[in-house]
Amino acid sequence: MKAVIALLRMMLRALAAPVLLAGFALAAPSFVAGSALAAPVADSFSNPATEARARNLQRQLRCLVCQGESIDESGSTLAADLRHLVRRQIAQGKSDQQIEDYLVARYGDFILMKPPVQPDTWLLWLTPFAVLAAGGVVAWVTVKKAGARGA
Amino acid sequence: MIGELGQLVLCFALALSLVMAMAGLAGARADAALARRIASGAAMGLLVFVALAFGVLTYAFIVSDFSIADVAHNSSTLKPLVYKISGVWGNHEGSMLLWVLVLAVYAGLVAGLKRGGDRLTSGALGIQGLLAAAFLLFILFTSNPFLRIDPAPFEGAGLNPLLQDPGLAMHPPMLYAGYVGLSAAFSYAAAALMVGDPLITQNWARAARPFMLIAWIALTCGIALGSWWAYYELGWGGFWFWDPVENASLMPWLIATAFLHSALATERTGAFRTWTLLLAIAGFSLSLIGTFLVRSGVLSSVHAFASDPTRGFFILVLIALAIGGALALFAWRAPSLESGASFDPVSRETALLLNNVFLVAACACVFVGTLYPLVLDALNGTKISVGPPYFALTFAPIFFALLLLVPFGPRLGWKRGDLKAAWRTLYPALGLAAVAALAVLAIVSPRSVAACGAFAMAGWLIGASLIDMRGRKGARASAFAAAIAHAGLGVTLMGVAGTTLWRSEALAVVGPGQTMTVGPYTLRFDGVTQVQGPNYTADRAHVALMDGGKVTAVLLPEHRFYPAEGQDMNDTAIRTTGLRDLYLALGDDRGGGRFTLRAYVSPLAPLIWLGGLVMALGGMLSLWGRLRLRGGEPAADPATAG
Repeated sequence: MKAVIALLRMMLRALAAPVLLAGFALAAPSFVAGSALAAPVADSFSNPATEARARNLQRQLRCLVCQGESIDESGSTLAADLRHLVRRQIAQGKSDQQIEDYLVARYGDFILMKPPVQPDTWLLWLTPFAVLAAGGVVAWVTVKKAGARGA
Repeated sequence: MIGELGQLVLCFALALSLVMAMAGLAGARADAALARRIASGAAMGLLVFVALAFGVLTYAFIVSDFSIADVAHNSSTLKPLVYKISGVWGNHEGSMLLWVLVLAVYAGLVAGLKRGGDRLTSGALGIQGLLAAAFLLFILFTSNPFLRIDPAPFEGAGLNPLLQDPGLAMHPPMLYAGYVGLSAAFSYAAAALMVGDPLITQNWARAARPFMLIAWIALTCGIALGSWWAYYELGWGGFWFWDPVENASLMPWLIATAFLHSALATERTGAFRTWTLLLAIAGFSLSLIGTFLVRSGVLSSVHAFASDPTRGFFILVLIALAIGGALALFAWRAPSLESGASFDPVSRETALLLNNVFLVAACACVFVGTLYPLVLDALNGTKISVGPPYFALTFAPIFFALLLLVPFGPRLGWKRGDLKAAWRTLYPALGLAAVAALAVLAIVSPRSVAACGAFAMAGWLIGASLIDMRGRKGARASAFAAAIAHAGLGVTLMGVAGTTLWRSEALAVVGPGQTMTVGPYTLRFDGVTQVQGPNYTADRAHVALMDGGKVTAVLLPEHRFYPAEGQDMNDTAIRTTGLRDLYLALGDDRGGGRFTLRAYVSPLAPLIWLGGLVMALGGMLSLWGRLRLRGGEPAADPATAG
């Protein structure tokens, strides 16, 4: 199946990346221009706590042109740009929440690795535990019945 | 010539699969011994012809026959021989042919192991024949690997460099052996429902179990191999992405695991007979759904599916028929098969039932996590991502709760268990868990609750398994096998915990002679040389591992460029000392001889895959015990079970 990931990735990169990138470039000219003008941000913060915070935040954000990689892992150019953006905003003193909000406003919920809890994702969050609970009930009834048969 | 030969052989295979389907289904009736013999023969013939077709395609790849479109698009003369061969299944058409080959191998195994064949086996062969026919039609009409291209190009387009790797060469066959192997239990389940005679079907779980075990072992190895490949190939030290394609293999594994447990009770006491049937159906259904997800392109985007719907649509219809048919059969016949076994609330049966509840919930979690974004996008165009944080909050606690209960199962007797006695035999395991937690607390800083919990759990699992192995000298192979498989869970857990919680990493831009540190290691970058591989050129970094002023080892991570495919690839360098991995990936050229270097130290990383191997070993022992008992199989006698 890994073969398939790789094939899909290849196809996706080949087809989607230019389209998406062009789209982002059109949709967010200020971001592109901004990244060219702003002072370069270091690849890592010297303060370990800030660095850990940046890394943690990067892991929560999805690389938009990759197949399920976070911007922390991805080697794509877009991910590198987004890492820079995150680090610049951290350097400006913004909170994690503010940075996430900023990115969600731009790219939508798609950029969040952890889906938001809202009416259209309730089912997503509840299903595993609903199945567990239902399974528990069924198990309870089954055990009761099986016990009654033996008695 | 060769392409047409392959085509012809495939057509013969299709004809044989149809014969096998009809004869097999007819042989499920009592008075049809001839049909049963024909079905067995057709199964062997199918295996021969599909193997022949696969051989023909492999030959075309080896000799680089670019007049065949599949070869031209997915191979090149520059590749080493081994990757020409693995290129056969490194593409859609070839991998579907591999899919059918594995199906044919299992059909051959069923026919061969159950010589002569009973009604149940014959019915199972019939279903296998139907599946083979459906997939052969799929290949011939939508994914024919033998189509010609005119004019033939002088050079092929090559194979994605990611796939040019020994781990990935082996990965798909292994995974398919598991994935498609679930079809055997599915076919047996469907046959049991079709025959519908309780006297004949009561042993269906026993008949299906060896095939399920083989499939489970292969699936376990396949998943471990894929994860290991992702670890060393993708260059950032991760081992599991919760990628939909990975999830597609995890779901059948979870259900197959549930089956192996539930079937134990079905064989021993007749409990959960219909539930086990349902699991067999669900396991292979998830394989089919996984095939659809991966093959239809629906994963990259719902719109990719809409733009070229033939393949996806074909598989979708196939899934609907297979799953719908099996479930309808189940709804119709299952109620009459329930045995009504009796057992106490404290018993092995209850433990196995709980095991199944948790495994199914874990599978449901992977299922919604994988499909929800697709469904939501298709329904109203909302795009969300379901990434690792979701699974950390749902899958992890459910699985953790399951692990907590694992040691109790083997200690409870069938029908009626003694919880207090079971608990008493677990004191040493509890002690080991406490020692592990305290050791983690004392040795490792910063202190973390998660690490303590994970290692306590590993101690609990491994401790209980050791007690099982010690206390059961000369005991049944199956008990020993279970103990080993459960210990494997603990081993993997330690690897996962060590790697995720204690990984240290460093990213630095270094010039020749400069050093960087990562975890306890000091690394000196000694520059980059150009290397010429068989079908790539590479920047090879020389990185010296320093101890004081001395060089203790040299690591050589590479950044490769494959001209035929026009792609870049990382080749990481990993040095394993004891159970700790030092992991290096070479990044961008920053000019002036300076390069980005990513370094990770992952404690206990090798345990992740070692644990997978241990689990597979447990499966093999169980299989061995099972095959050794053949002939003299003890009857499923509830009275002596215990």
